[in-house]
Amino acid sequence: MKKRNAYFVAGLILTGFLTAMILLGLFWTPYDPNAMDGAAKFLKPSLQHLMGTDGFGRDIFSRVLKGAGTTYGIAAATVAIGGICGTLIGALTGYFGGIVDDVLMRLGDVLTAFPSILLALVVISILGPGKTINVMIALGLVFIPSFARVTRTAFASLRDVNYIKSARLMGASSGRILWRHMLPNTWDVLLPALTIGFNNAALAEASMSYLCIGVTPPDASLGYMLSEAQGMFVRAPWYAISTGMTLVLMVFGMGLLGEGLQHRHGEVF
Amino acid sequence: MKYAAKRILVLLVTMVIVSFLAFAAFEVIGGDPATAILGTQATPERLEALREELGLNRPFLTRYAEWLLGFFTGDLGMSYQYRQPVLELLQSKLSVTLMLSFVSFILIVAVSIPLGLLSSRMVGKRLDGLHTAFNQLCMAVPPFFTGILLSYLFGITLKWFMPGNFPGLGNNFLGSLKYLFFAAISIAIPRIAMTVRMLRSIIVREMNQAYVRTAISRGNDRGQVLRNHVLKNALVPVVTFLAQTMAEIMAGSVVVEQVFGIPGLGRMLVSSVANRDYPVVETLVVILAFWVVLAGTVADLLNQRIDPRLRLGADA
Repeated sequence: MKKRNAYFVAGLILTGFLTAMILLGLFWTPYDPNAMDGAAKFLKPSLQHLMGTDGFGRDIFSRVLKGAGTTYGIAAATVAIGGICGTLIGALTGYFGGIVDDVLMRLGDVLTAFPSILLALVVISILGPGKTINVMIALGLVFIPSFARVTRTAFASLRDVNYIKSARLMGASSGRILWRHMLPNTWDVLLPALTIGFNNAALAEASMSYLCIGVTPPDASLGYMLSEAQGMFVRAPWYAISTGMTLVLMVFGMGLLGEGLQHRHGEVF
Repeated sequence: MKYAAKRILVLLVTMVIVSFLAFAAFEVIGGDPATAILGTQATPERLEALREELGLNRPFLTRYAEWLLGFFTGDLGMSYQYRQPVLELLQSKLSVTLMLSFVSFILIVAVSIPLGLLSSRMVGKRLDGLHTAFNQLCMAVPPFFTGILLSYLFGITLKWFMPGNFPGLGNNFLGSLKYLFFAAISIAIPRIAMTVRMLRSIIVREMNQAYVRTAISRGNDRGQVLRNHVLKNALVPVVTFLAQTMAEIMAGSVVVEQVFGIPGLGRMLVSSVANRDYPVVETLVVILAFWVVLAGTVADLLNQRIDPRLRLGADA
């Protein structure tokens, strides 16, 4: 039992630390993340510049704080859009069933078979590339089917359980049954799905920004910064490494959190 | 056999639906390609002339039917951006992307199957927690980050390949293969972690079944049971998972091609998305969708061969 919780605790510490840093970055960064300084080009990491500076003399630590904030925000927005819509659709179709359920789930099967980044690219190309809000909408839309599917399975499995049946016999409304009786019993499935969704969204956002069709300057994002960093890798390897490692740690922390959550409700291998 | 025919029919119908949706989506929301080509400064006469030239003035369904017909005859339309037939643009790139996907796939299968078997033995052991954490860490590494590190380490420092200087499959096949291998590693790392995880949970689940206990109580050792019974039963979900992986690799290569400067479909897709070059995007969507659906169909057919139970009722 002790080992099981270790994932959760480690994930919580890592995610909590990064979240705190990102929140700090919203209000304060050691330097202006976009301020160039000709005298401070390609500085190695030091106490003045924790992660060094890039080819324009910009402080990388400040940029990472801001960029991680963007990536984090987009991933959170994606999970919010995808999670809320997906849970709603999944809960209703899972509970009521019927032909709408059949059609929507068949459609969902087809959509989830497609790699999410590909779908997001298509949506982006329709909405117009290069805007943060479009990235959120695109990724949010793309993640709806997978959330809906997870939720549907969870709700459908509860449909014929005795306590739901008795709630129905006592005259509880469908809304009350869904909200009060079923939702609390599906958290064990929904929460890990949300952490996985968050990670997929963060990686998808970073990939899209790396390709310069997601978030574009002046908004910094970890993905876009990595594409900048690749160009100056030879002179300033610390730029790519610190940016990339921040992204890895962000996803890793959330992954551990999900792992811990999954272990909480039963045996997982 | 009947089932195979049915699956192929389903595949074709799905493709027609996907192609229609792709065509319609760009039609409705895509805006005017003539303006996209000539810019907002162009005179109305020139816009009109270009629309006429591109055939944009005809009814929607006519153009869809023509486009669909073109697909079977190899006429995929003209790229707005390059003013070149789409087919010509994509031909050489498709083979590069397919090659990259195959190399990655082989790498994933070759590494993750032994690792998955090994990992299934570690369940409940002392280092199991560490192993799971390491697995999560590998899943967290984005391919383009690994790609940047690998191209620096093996390309610039060790000079095993020249980043940004892809030899081309026709010119130097082995050289290209070596180049693609490094790109494949970066695609494969998170995928291997996922596959190992999946294999492990399937094997552990099977090992807890009653038939395994029976086999062991009859005097078989763990290895024999694994080889003779468990692996056969584990094969069906593994095939399904690998088909999904194949589809995901193709999409993953979009990003990695950019990192390594590989002239494949991915770079084409990105540049045409950025420039709203719809004929190219539409074609790419259909090609990639075909790939995804094909992978699923092949997996289903393979599973039919593997597990006779799945054949029951399927032919009816």
